[in-house]
Amino acid sequence: MRWTPAMKRYNWRVVWLSLLYGAFLVVAVYGFKHRLVADSLVYLVAILPAVPIIGIFAAIGRYLIEEQDEYVRMLMVRQTLWASGLALSVATIWGFLENFDLVGHADGYWVAIIWFFGLGVGGLANKLKFGETGSGC
Amino acid sequence: MENRLRVLRAERSWSQQDLAERLEVSRQSVNAIETGKYDPSLPLAFRIAELFDLLIEDIFVSPSRRSSKAI
Repeated sequence: MRWTPAMKRYNWRVVWLSLLYGAFLVVAVYGFKHRLVADSLVYLVAILPAVPIIGIFAAIGRYLIEEQDEYVRMLMVRQTLWASGLALSVATIWGFLENFDLVGHADGYWVAIIWFFGLGVGGLANKLKFGETGSGC
Repeated sequence: MENRLRVLRAERSWSQQDLAERLEVSRQSVNAIETGKYDPSLPLAFRIAELFDLLIEDIFVSPSRRSSKAI
């Protein structure tokens, strides 16, 4: 699919935010591992890697606002619905399994990882239905 | 939704890309509308109709009328 102007902006934002995520993750892990983080800053440094991830969610929202091509926008909306449905379903199932001590504890950020995986599933669903994946993968 | 977009485009010897540029949408959008995989919004349907100087119902076949004819 040829990229629309909104798609190009979205892709650039995601690339920069991904790089920022990598950098923040290294800083946070290094800081905690070597006990370089002052007590007053632990919460701030701990959530540092989450900030660019939240930025990617915002970039997707921004993209949906900026995209002028309604068909391409619809493909992305379908992808995000697949992602949300998958992530929430897995989180709900895991929550009950964990509650009954049938599985171990999973960190909350796995919901975001599954959500991004769900974008890919949504892209596949788009490919099967429309012959186009959309912009999110 | 069934439509005459492909015929109208062919009558003018326009490619899907030509039509897409005139409508300011992607070629994929034109293809999806032509093949009935995607129904355009009312504003886009009006833009298509105005481009061909036709009414919307001259281009798009109403699903309800189509089904009533079948009955």
